[in-house]
Amino acid sequence: MRTHLTAAVSALALCSSLTSAHAEGVLNIFNWGEYTSPELIAKFEATYDVKVTLTDYDSNDTALAKARQGGSGFDIVVPSSTSLHIWIDEGLLLESRPDQMENFKHVDPRWVDVPFDPGRHYSVPWQWGTTGVSVNTAVYSGDPNTSAIFLDPPPELVGKINVIPEMLDVMDLTIKYFGGESCTTDEEVLKKVHAKLVEAKPKWVAMDYPSIEKYTAGDYAGGTNWSGGAFRIRVEAPEFVYGYPKEGYPIWMDNVAVLAAAPNVENAKLFQNFIMDPENAALISIYARYANGIMGSEAFMPEDMTSAPEVAVPEEFLAAGEFSVACPPEVNDLYTRIWTDVLK
Amino acid sequence: MSKAQDIIKAAERRDLRSRWLLSAPSLLIIFVAAIGPLAVVVLYSFMVKGDYGDVKYWQFSGEGWFSVLFERGLFDDSISLADAHLSILWRSVKISIITTIVTLIIGFPTAYFIATRPPNRRDLWLFLITIPFWTNLLIRTFAIQEVFRNEGVLNTALIRTGLLEKPLQIMFTDGAILLGIAYVYLPLMVLPLYASLEKFDFRLAEAASDLYAKPGRVLRRIILPMVKPGLIAGSILVFIPSLGAYVTPRVLGGGKHLMLGNLIELQFGQGRNWPLGSALSISLTAIVMLSLLVYVRASSKSGARSHG
Repeated sequence: MRTHLTAAVSALALCSSLTSAHAEGVLNIFNWGEYTSPELIAKFEATYDVKVTLTDYDSNDTALAKARQGGSGFDIVVPSSTSLHIWIDEGLLLESRPDQMENFKHVDPRWVDVPFDPGRHYSVPWQWGTTGVSVNTAVYSGDPNTSAIFLDPPPELVGKINVIPEMLDVMDLTIKYFGGESCTTDEEVLKKVHAKLVEAKPKWVAMDYPSIEKYTAGDYAGGTNWSGGAFRIRVEAPEFVYGYPKEGYPIWMDNVAVLAAAPNVENAKLFQNFIMDPENAALISIYARYANGIMGSEAFMPEDMTSAPEVAVPEEFLAAGEFSVACPPEVNDLYTRIWTDVLK
Repeated sequence: MSKAQDIIKAAERRDLRSRWLLSAPSLLIIFVAAIGPLAVVVLYSFMVKGDYGDVKYWQFSGEGWFSVLFERGLFDDSISLADAHLSILWRSVKISIITTIVTLIIGFPTAYFIATRPPNRRDLWLFLITIPFWTNLLIRTFAIQEVFRNEGVLNTALIRTGLLEKPLQIMFTDGAILLGIAYVYLPLMVLPLYASLEKFDFRLAEAASDLYAKPGRVLRRIILPMVKPGLIAGSILVFIPSLGAYVTPRVLGGGKHLMLGNLIELQFGQGRNWPLGSALSISLTAIVMLSLLVYVRASSKSGARSHG
């Protein structure tokens, strides 16, 4: 471990020509809440003699609104795959060229030519996960790998389902349930989606961001969930499983990018390079329980993490996963109106 | 003569100028802090929505306001009343009215009780009423969630005493929203009611009883008309924040049923329709203004009567 650290540090020192390694000062990170490993930050601070500040946000739209105003003083932001292109199109990000950084070789090729940042000119993988369903097998012992868990819930689960109020996730899962494509404007499919959501909503108990405690205390016995959240629930209550809807489910990734208005560009680039080091990437995952997209990071994770079915997608469910993309504005509008009508 | 008038006029002018100058700082604050932001919201409501949130600056459109009340069919071009928005508005108004009635039913006896204590004890009771204000609204809402939950205090107690076999689902219902808002805003009803009842001369009630008025009649004909200003003030103070409630429906209602506050948040967040969100916010403000106007008229009328 020790030697590895030294190796990593010297590797970074070697690449000084690329990133100008000498960078004392500060780094201001703007990230999702409960998502940033304190150990990772401590290590970065110690390595580069940089003081890191961390600010939380709770949605892509909140982060966008704040960055647009300017003058935020943030250096690093972590947009999701579905919103990254907005940041790039609006010129909010710096083309920091992570693909030319020293540690880029550790990035899993699967995550290099991604549609939201082809060739990775702007962003570095932070964590990725899936949106599926959590099911309490003590309440319902049938197949959990279907969106029917929340759309056509078995009688045992009726009145005990929580659906995360992320419009695009719910729309996407439901559209795929009826065999449609992501961001579809196909009327026939959307009519079915609308009718199904209206019909299913009375069978849900809540539409809230998932709280581990409400699952373990029995308020919820099933519902849509993110893989890392489902993992944390299972650690607390082993009767819960995570299901990958066979009709199709979204895969997403959050990505570390440097703001165009960043006051500490060099430190921000150092941070991007830093988290592509497998040992550091492992710290990110150990904290938030999601996979990270850096090859070799598994070697630094505990066994229960690498073998977890929530993190390592089982072979038979791989094909049903589809990377979620941002829908065009007019589609988002249409979905918002369907969504409002469902929630009225 | 004309000289004297000139001097007086000049003095008046100087006086007026100094008054304006003296009040300038507060006028500036009112403009910058209250009217300014409101003007921005009004302006935004008339602009074209941006593709990913925000607005397209200086491109104007009535689409935001149009969508407040009307909608194009989800799957065709027909135009109809915005059923979803109206349902949400109606739910907000309904919950706010019921909340007001509930706080009135609980608040009136409470205020009456305090007002009829010996004067040296009243302060203690008032103090107890204000204790919940020491805690943040969000924390109080989460706290009452622990009472309502399936595994919460209330259900556990009912099951232990054998009154219930399985937990009563209170959380995540409109009932939970209602109870939650009523709990949070109850002091706002009690305090103005108490202020009115405290001034009430209870000898009048005694006199009515002496003249063979039954208690119900005393309440209806003597007490209620006299405390009407407090009653209206309390109702307004509860009704207005209930209408814009955001936290309570989200936490206790489970987010399944939107109220106006949640609908506005949706438009600024995931819906990415800021003009519509702005127009909805202005509509909410307008409703609040209307109810305030009703209050002012009602209270000035009752004031006139008490003097006459």
